[in-house]
Amino acid sequence: MADVVSLDAHLRTRRDAGRKLLVPYITGGLGHDWAEVVRAYADAGADAVEIGIPFSDPVMDGPTIQQASEVALDQGANLPGILEELRGIDAGVPLVAMTYVNLVFHMGYARFAAEAVAANVSAVILPDLPLEEVGEWEPYAVEAGLATVQLASPLTDDARLARLCARSQGFVYGVNLLGVTGARQDLSESSTVLAGRLKATTDLPVIMGFGIGTVSHARAATAQADGVVVASALMRLRLDGAGPEDLGAAVAELRAGLDEPR
Amino acid sequence: MGDPGATGRFGDFGGRYIPETLIPACAELDRAFRSAWVDPLFRAELDGLLTNYAGRPSLLYEAKRLSAVIGCTLLLKREDLNHTGSHKINNVLGQALLAQRMGKPRVIAETGAGQHGVASATAAALMGLECVVYMGEVDMERQALNVFRMRLLGAEVRPALSGSRTLKDAINEAMRDWVASVETSHYLLGSVMGPHPYPWMVRELHRVIGDEAREQCRALLGRDPDVVTACVGGGSNALGLFSGFAELPAVEMVGVEPDGGAAVGRGVPGIVHGSKSYLLQDEYGQVMEAQSISAGLDYPGIGPEHAHLDASGRARYEKVTDAEVLNAFQVLSRTEGIIPALEPAHALAWVLRAKEELAGKVVLLNLSGRGDKDVAQVAEILDRKSDG
Ligand SMILES: Cc1ncc(COP(=O)(O)O)c(C=O)c1O
Repeated sequence: MADVVSLDAHLRTRRDAGRKLLVPYITGGLGHDWAEVVRAYADAGADAVEIGIPFSDPVMDGPTIQQASEVALDQGANLPGILEELRGIDAGVPLVAMTYVNLVFHMGYARFAAEAVAANVSAVILPDLPLEEVGEWEPYAVEAGLATVQLASPLTDDARLARLCARSQGFVYGVNLLGVTGARQDLSESSTVLAGRLKATTDLPVIMGFGIGTVSHARAATAQADGVVVASALMRLRLDGAGPEDLGAAVAELRAGLDEPR
Repeated sequence: MGDPGATGRFGDFGGRYIPETLIPACAELDRAFRSAWVDPLFRAELDGLLTNYAGRPSLLYEAKRLSAVIGCTLLLKREDLNHTGSHKINNVLGQALLAQRMGKPRVIAETGAGQHGVASATAAALMGLECVVYMGEVDMERQALNVFRMRLLGAEVRPALSGSRTLKDAINEAMRDWVASVETSHYLLGSVMGPHPYPWMVRELHRVIGDEAREQCRALLGRDPDVVTACVGGGSNALGLFSGFAELPAVEMVGVEPDGGAAVGRGVPGIVHGSKSYLLQDEYGQVMEAQSISAGLDYPGIGPEHAHLDASGRARYEKVTDAEVLNAFQVLSRTEGIIPALEPAHALAWVLRAKEELAGKVVLLNLSGRGDKDVAQVAEILDRKSDG
């Protein structure tokens, strides 16, 4: 069964072998075959897959993931149903659930932690549960063996960055920019600075996200960082009709770009 | 009703459930407000604006004709007479001064009925700040006049096009803007909600309502009221009033919610927009859309301190229907020559319904805003009724 150590160890082993980590994202429940997308990502060279649990009020998300969330909810997606489907697949790579804290709080912290682990989820990302509030959730996660990933912002000061890295499990998520999710023209300058600061602070895998849409973004972001999350760019394709095969191909291209010698 | 401390907790409620990027800004705001609130120069500047610009103190008016109809002594705290026509001006003047103090040249605001947007645009014009107001597309239609007012005052009004396209979605858009602009922008939140320090700070900025009302009531009647009541959307005008009376155990405090947006009446604990409070949500925790005749109360949540006042039993919460509100709107217009906003008409609707319970008592109601913004909407509803 998935647990904290396995995610951490899994990512470190790959990183230490010189591989840049690729974590593609799918909105859970977006299209009837979304679970096949998870497998397609894994087959295409993902090192972990991030599953977004759609929420009615995604304040950290830009237009693409807002739309993906709305469509999925309209199609009847809900947290228990998404976990149920995940239980049925063997992706072969760790799964990371990303959602807003209300869905977890509403289900009950203990119950969510247990059911997520039973659904092979290794870690959770809760962007509206900062250090100040994470204490109410963490004991349940620890008890169930679920990692809680902390997010770092370009505005996080050094002292806080150290506390945040010490608290994070599995990896540390570096938010590239000031703003919401969504593909951007260029990788923001703050990405490189934050990646450097994180690498200087922690030995945990450092994975950057927000605004990474192309191979060149991914390569630039991993000049210092250990990996990237790619979300909105893939969800744009999905909303425009891409199936598991197309999305697998998009991830394979990112994989190849990251693997190319520098 | 004291200081919720560094963690911003009111019992189990409140807190700071926000993205990491906003943590430094909330910490900075907390520091800025704490230092300003004990700084005599800041207080003098704010008091000067409240007196000379907003027109405070607002009157406490004994509504004798309506009192006779109900069988109680009804006192109206006339926040509708403030500049811009509602209590919202108290909060925005304070926060705009804080934005200046923090060196932030731009303010962002959300608005439902448009009253907080108009007040924000006003304060921004007065202090030379850039102002962007987010408003649900549905509300922009319902409150077209206020949209024009904001633009006239120099603010940019941006429609919130997602979800229910009302107040909650306007808050989502404002938070998304803030996450990207936080280094130069202050989020001028319009009610006692959001992450710490907002619920506490906004309540303190409205405390003037309750402090004035308590002294005015003593001067007028030589006693304290039996009941104080106010409508509750996010809950700022109610907390402003309640804060003047919470220390007087004999005074009953009643918040009135719309039936279709009754976060205390029908909600369960939840976390959205930065704090833990009561929230209307479905069986999976998705936030539900509120349904109310009044755009200013069309919100599925409620400020966390209200959740605590309810849980602790210090205040009580009632809900009224749109039909009762329409009736109260007309009753006050006809008996007292005062056209209220639809929001405080909720509090009056409860008073009218509870007349037996209130018989012989002194009831102090916060008339949080004037009805000009609502007359077109009410005219349409009444027309439709008489046609049908
Ligand atoms: C006149 C008036 N009263 C009340 C409210 C509701 O806000 P709160 O519950 O914060 O007082 C509004 C909001 O727009 C309003 O315009």
